[in-house]
Amino acid sequence: MKNGLKKALVVALAAAMASAPAALADGAIKIGGSGPLTGGAAVYGQAVKNAAEIAVEEVNALGGLQFELQMEDDAHDPEKAVNAYYVLDDMQVSLATVTSSPGAAVAPMYAEDHIFAITPSGSSLDVIYADSANLSGAYGNVFQMCFTDPNQGTASADYIKAHENLGSKIAIIYKNDDNYSTGIFNTFKAEAAVVGLEVVYEGTFDDSNASDFTVQLGQAQAAEADLVFLPIYYQPASLILQQAQAAGYAPTFFGVDGMDGILTLEGFDASLAEGVYLLTPFNADAEDEQTKNFVAKYTEKTGEVPNQFAADAYDCVYAIAQACEAGGVTADMSAQEICDILVEQFTTMTFNGLTGTEMTWAPTGEVSKTAKAMIIQNGAYVGVED
Amino acid sequence: MGFLSYLINGLGLGSVYAIIALGYTMVYGIAKMLNFAHGDVIMVGAYVAFFALNTYKLPTVPAVLLAVLVCTVLGVVVEKLAYKPLRQATSLAVLITAIGVSYFLQNGAQLLWSSSPKVFPALVGNGSLTLGSLSVSYVTLITIATCILVMIGLTLFVNRTKTGRAMRACSEDKGAATLMGINVNQIISVTFAIGSGLAAIAAVLLCASYPQVFPTLGSMPGIKAFTAAVFGGIGSIPGAFLGGLLLGVIEIFAKAYISTQLSDAIVFAVLIVVLLIKPTGLLGRKLSEKV
Repeated sequence: MKNGLKKALVVALAAAMASAPAALADGAIKIGGSGPLTGGAAVYGQAVKNAAEIAVEEVNALGGLQFELQMEDDAHDPEKAVNAYYVLDDMQVSLATVTSSPGAAVAPMYAEDHIFAITPSGSSLDVIYADSANLSGAYGNVFQMCFTDPNQGTASADYIKAHENLGSKIAIIYKNDDNYSTGIFNTFKAEAAVVGLEVVYEGTFDDSNASDFTVQLGQAQAAEADLVFLPIYYQPASLILQQAQAAGYAPTFFGVDGMDGILTLEGFDASLAEGVYLLTPFNADAEDEQTKNFVAKYTEKTGEVPNQFAADAYDCVYAIAQACEAGGVTADMSAQEICDILVEQFTTMTFNGLTGTEMTWAPTGEVSKTAKAMIIQNGAYVGVED
Repeated sequence: MGFLSYLINGLGLGSVYAIIALGYTMVYGIAKMLNFAHGDVIMVGAYVAFFALNTYKLPTVPAVLLAVLVCTVLGVVVEKLAYKPLRQATSLAVLITAIGVSYFLQNGAQLLWSSSPKVFPALVGNGSLTLGSLSVSYVTLITIATCILVMIGLTLFVNRTKTGRAMRACSEDKGAATLMGINVNQIISVTFAIGSGLAAIAAVLLCASYPQVFPTLGSMPGIKAFTAAVFGGIGSIPGAFLGGLLLGVIEIFAKAYISTQLSDAIVFAVLIVVLLIKPTGLLGRKLSEKV
């Protein structure tokens, strides 16, 4: 633990030194945050840390407000996240935590100490609400850059409604023992009823029968569904695609962010996923200048292609910088003063980033952004132009 | 998609259960133990076949034979190292050891090959046979055919060969078999070898239908096949065959005609009813207590 802490400190220090000599002067605003830099979820924590460092470097190079980043390790453990919070006692703004359950543990502390926090990727409602079951007791100063899980269902239904060529008779196959999947399913169905989408079949599966989908697909086909909505992760989705092809059933398949990753599944025959749609906030193969620049820098720094977590973290730093500039924040202000300014800025501003354009935030801290539709073509994700 | 195609899909799924159930039922019949590591032998077979086909680019038949060979050796080694020293111990101790072996294999696989799933290469293409409105994938047909061949072969082996006769003798009465000059330990090893070899065949069939390989791959089919073995009457080879096929068909029919959410509940409810009426399973022998 002590070693890990030291290492994290040294890394953070080294990053600060490498990034901007100017930051060493006392004119830098301190951004704190914690994430799993070690352990099973380390891939997410490292992604956030690396991307946030790149963003801080870029923002500092612009010569305006200067920032300094300190990321602590919480090993995806709520208790360690609380410890990390205490270590970060001089931060003025925070990236909260990378993952949801540590985020839920420290969010009340941010609220009590009145420090502004925006989590790149803590998608659970528990991160922004004290009582998420009743959607009440929003902390008000804890914000999210990522979609909440239920939001994806609504966004998907709206997208399908707006693009009628995709399909008009909809079948849904979801995993009924999984919160993520049922959450998206419920909101999708509710929104489908509101906008008038015709859902002709609903099938489920769970952990104990996550391999045979012939019945679900057969019934979707019998119900003449021409679009199958899959609010599930890519692993079962890859089996569904394969079994649909074996059965000679070729509707439009439509996934959410859990579908992201299907092309990197070892040995996966990408032709099975040809023409699959997915709504996801970020895609490293997008052709716009901003994404290309980020992907190039990230790949150079880490040797890996950035994922959605990295993009969310990058956006967080830019959003904080934008809000600080607009609100006239200076480095000598207290965290509490900055918090008031940033809450006001975030609830009124519009932000364009890698993970969406025209983003706005509700006073509860939830983000509203348009999900980007991607289609898989020739084994790659391609953005769909409206 | 109508009744007939559900039936054929159910038979396909059931065939895989049946081949796995044979492994459970043979070991139980002869060694009187539940080998809960059987499902994980399937997983090892799947990985061996995956690497043979994908990394070493072997043709299908040698790859399957290699998987059978590795699983056979694994089954015998596990029996020698983990179960043989416990021959005189209580059945509970053997059961817990089997669960231990199962975890050992699962975690070993996770360590060696990581927990992220790998996609099994297509063996016979992804095509299907179409007869009028009926469409059946080749994989399902091959699975059913293989199951029938395995069943015929195993029945001939058990009934017509000397080793088979010795196996039947051991399952009747180990003590008497020993007195007749049968090497019981050797027969138990042979049983494990055959059961594990069949597990490798089941692994390839399973992965041909559901092409994903991951460390916990065998646990769910293992439990379902164990259920099938009990359903058909544990210890009985035709029972495992019948139990496996019925379980697969009931599962698919429950999904198709009642509810996808309740399919497992229905499968197990049927099992409970059968066991209430026939406590030894469909084809289980009624054991008379010796007085």
